[in-house]
Amino acid sequence: MPLWGWIVAASVVAYATKLAGYLVPPRLLENERMSRVAGTLTIGLLASLTAMNAFSAAQALVVDARVAALIAACIALWLRVPFLGVVVVGAAASAMLRFAGFG
Amino acid sequence: MNWRYSPAARIGLSIAVATGLYGISFGALGVASGLSVWQTIALSMLMFTGGSQFAFIGVMSGGGAGSAAFGAATLLGARNAVYGMQLNQMLRPRGWRKLLAAHITIDESTATAAGQVDPGEQLRGFWTAGVGIFVLWNLFTAIGALLGDALGDPRRWGLDGAAVAAFLGLLWPRLSAREPVALAVLCGLVTVLMVPLAPAGVPILAAALVAALWGWFSRGPADEGLEPDIDPVVYSDDTPRERL
Repeated sequence: MPLWGWIVAASVVAYATKLAGYLVPPRLLENERMSRVAGTLTIGLLASLTAMNAFSAAQALVVDARVAALIAACIALWLRVPFLGVVVVGAAASAMLRFAGFG
Repeated sequence: MNWRYSPAARIGLSIAVATGLYGISFGALGVASGLSVWQTIALSMLMFTGGSQFAFIGVMSGGGAGSAAFGAATLLGARNAVYGMQLNQMLRPRGWRKLLAAHITIDESTATAAGQVDPGEQLRGFWTAGVGIFVLWNLFTAIGALLGDALGDPRRWGLDGAAVAAFLGLLWPRLSAREPVALAVLCGLVTVLMVPLAPAGVPILAAALVAALWGWFSRGPADEGLEPDIDPVVYSDDTPRERL
């Protein structure tokens, strides 16, 4: 399937997921296990995406200028910099390290 | 009480501006991941759930297949079903309003509504935040995508580092206790260990499986991981709350 196909398919499923919540019987809401899995899934996936984007290059593990972004973003978040600022700090850290000749 | 004097609508608007602005980073990173400007814009218009959108382009930039991007985006969107159930109870939308409400059901619109006690205010908070974010998120996605397209080599500008920072920024507000931190570290480790062993995209699904099993078998708060990226509480002037 071409990329456009996956974009449309993922969007349709994303909408169906949202709508399903409005259509299922409300008593399902009392099942705490369901919302708990939805929550841990969110944390696990975001952690996984962070790690993958920081350390993977295709199918290899590499340590390059992106690690600087990870550390800088960590510090920025610790200092409660807003989201957009964190993203800019991450980009700047990688770009500067690369400019200096690393990674 | 009307919209003009509604505190919830005011919070909703602040949330819309703060959230909409970071659409600019999604737009730039979307193009950097190899999507075209129109494909990036389509994700914001049609998928419209930030975490899943970032997941989709995150897998693509890692060299993953479209099917893996689809899988990661879909799993990350699962929490929106829980939000839909909560909002349906809270707002009881009917007919076409239900179809429209579903599309703007995301972390921030749900949190804005849930932060209110009065049913009318819940309604105003939800619609202001939801529609406001939709408009601004799409506007700034387009700006970001065009900017990213004009920048050229994304690595030179550190856009691959920006993606790392973006995912950490999405994760951070959900790490409010020791247990979610342990889960995040475990899933990060699983991913790193799987990268050399499996095709791109599969390590993410393995981490998702670990996270689902963790949620299914362990005990803990039912709303863990369902915190919004931008907390409406921070934007309401009458109820300040110390965070972390």
